[in-house]
Amino acid sequence: MKVLVAVKRVIDYNVKVRVKADNSDVDLTNVKMAMNPFCEIAVEEAVRLKEKGVASEIVVVSIGPKVAQEQIRTALALGADRGILIETEEKLESLSVAKALKAVVEKEQPQLVILGKQSIDNDNNQTGQMLGALTGMPQGTFASEVAVDGDKVNVTREIDGGLRTVGLTLPAIVTTDLRLNEPRYASLPNIMKAKRKPLDVLTPADLGVEIKSTQTLVKVEPPAERSAGIKVASVDELVEKLKTEAKVL
Amino acid sequence: MGILVVAEHDNATLKGATLNTIAAAKAIGGDIDVLVAGQGCQAAADAAAKAEGVSKVILVDDAAYAQQLGEPMGDLVAELGKGYSHILAAATTTGKDFLPRTAALLDVNMISEIVKVESADTFARPIYAGNAIATVQSADAIKVITVRATGFDPVAAEGGSASIENGSAVADKGISSFVGEELAKSDRPELTAADIIISGGRGMQNGDNFEMLYKLADKIGAGVGASRAAVDAGFVPNDMQVGQTGKIVAPNLYVAVGISGAIQHLAGMKDSKVIVAINKDEEAPIFQVADYGLVADLFEAIPELDSKL
Repeated sequence: MKVLVAVKRVIDYNVKVRVKADNSDVDLTNVKMAMNPFCEIAVEEAVRLKEKGVASEIVVVSIGPKVAQEQIRTALALGADRGILIETEEKLESLSVAKALKAVVEKEQPQLVILGKQSIDNDNNQTGQMLGALTGMPQGTFASEVAVDGDKVNVTREIDGGLRTVGLTLPAIVTTDLRLNEPRYASLPNIMKAKRKPLDVLTPADLGVEIKSTQTLVKVEPPAERSAGIKVASVDELVEKLKTEAKVL
Repeated sequence: MGILVVAEHDNATLKGATLNTIAAAKAIGGDIDVLVAGQGCQAAADAAAKAEGVSKVILVDDAAYAQQLGEPMGDLVAELGKGYSHILAAATTTGKDFLPRTAALLDVNMISEIVKVESADTFARPIYAGNAIATVQSADAIKVITVRATGFDPVAAEGGSASIENGSAVADKGISSFVGEELAKSDRPELTAADIIISGGRGMQNGDNFEMLYKLADKIGAGVGASRAAVDAGFVPNDMQVGQTGKIVAPNLYVAVGISGAIQHLAGMKDSKVIVAINKDEEAPIFQVADYGLVADLFEAIPELDSKL
């Protein structure tokens, strides 16, 4: 079974984000970039499916600037077999990304498409579900367990009240949540090997996809700061303050 | 034109987040219709009809929507939503599951987790785990939006008298099915609706020690949450997690016990009205957002607090 994994290049999750002085966007100049953590979990899940003999080939795809090749190489070093970059400098919104991925799905015919549930930059949590609607595939979003069984996959999802398991007909889409797995680190020999794995570069036009933007970023501001209050010396003082000053008890 | 709000419910009851979503719809302005799709969900529809500001409730009662799976819900809302200027759902794991499907079927982009309405086409939403707030203007013909409950005060649950009309189901493609569910059973208030929340972190050391928090919570009618560290360590189940990747809460009182205050946790609770932090490390970042900080060993402070309330 062929597995397609979509990955995104985003700000490294350890970097503290700063808003530009003119409030036009966040400042990404000279900031360390990395693979979106939820996408790393998606790659890891695909690799585990291959190690179990369920997946036969793992294709990793990214959409973005030329440098996004770095994140595809990372996925190849983790165990993906080949990569596809849909290269564009255009501003990308979820619907365009989903349409580009749909074109890749039609070309590659995977049985399973695994994506991160959201990227840690825009926090949209949309692309996997949109791809599902466009391709007519079912989805297991926010997955904490994936069990392929013949022509079906059971996905356990993290929902507000606990866990829910859904059964999906393949081909299907899975979006990963944090507790699906713990991604491995790439070993040096695998990083070297990844450099020789095939990586195709396409343009949206090659796939017959138009990148369209319908949203304007009006401004970006830092969140309202909460200032530190006071330290209380004892439990008695705390109870007193909560009752008489804050009046919340 | 008008606004379609998709109700969050479990067939028997209307969930509170629906009232916050209606509040966001009111801020946009226009007639508000509420869709209640489920199976045996008349009671939820009756409740929706009583909510403040609702013009009409559309009830679609069909086996296909019994568990509100993303595929049939996405199709139904796209079909019913065509005639509206805005489609809104709560940013819960249900709304986040089906609404992007709806947007794609309508060939429009979506705006996730808004916390403020600037105008009918411009909305504010947190990005980068709440480290920045983006104001986004949409040029799409239909604005498809999820609403973060903590950004909007709920409308009144009673007092309205909207009409209820039946809507028809859309043919289910049968590509997904419900297998099972493990829901946390608790008599304590739900985190997203609780007035007071007590949360434990890695400092709790193990799951058994959470008993202390449960006991205290039951005494004051609080919900109990946890940090991601406590969940990842296996102390408590994931549905208790408060934070960017867990639940976003804004109670009147939030008590953080043995929680250091990682950015990802703060993103989930920093809109709480009053924050109390109890931690033995006085350098813990949680104290930078706490209104009242107590530097103390939680294993002494919590029993003492329990005895004095």
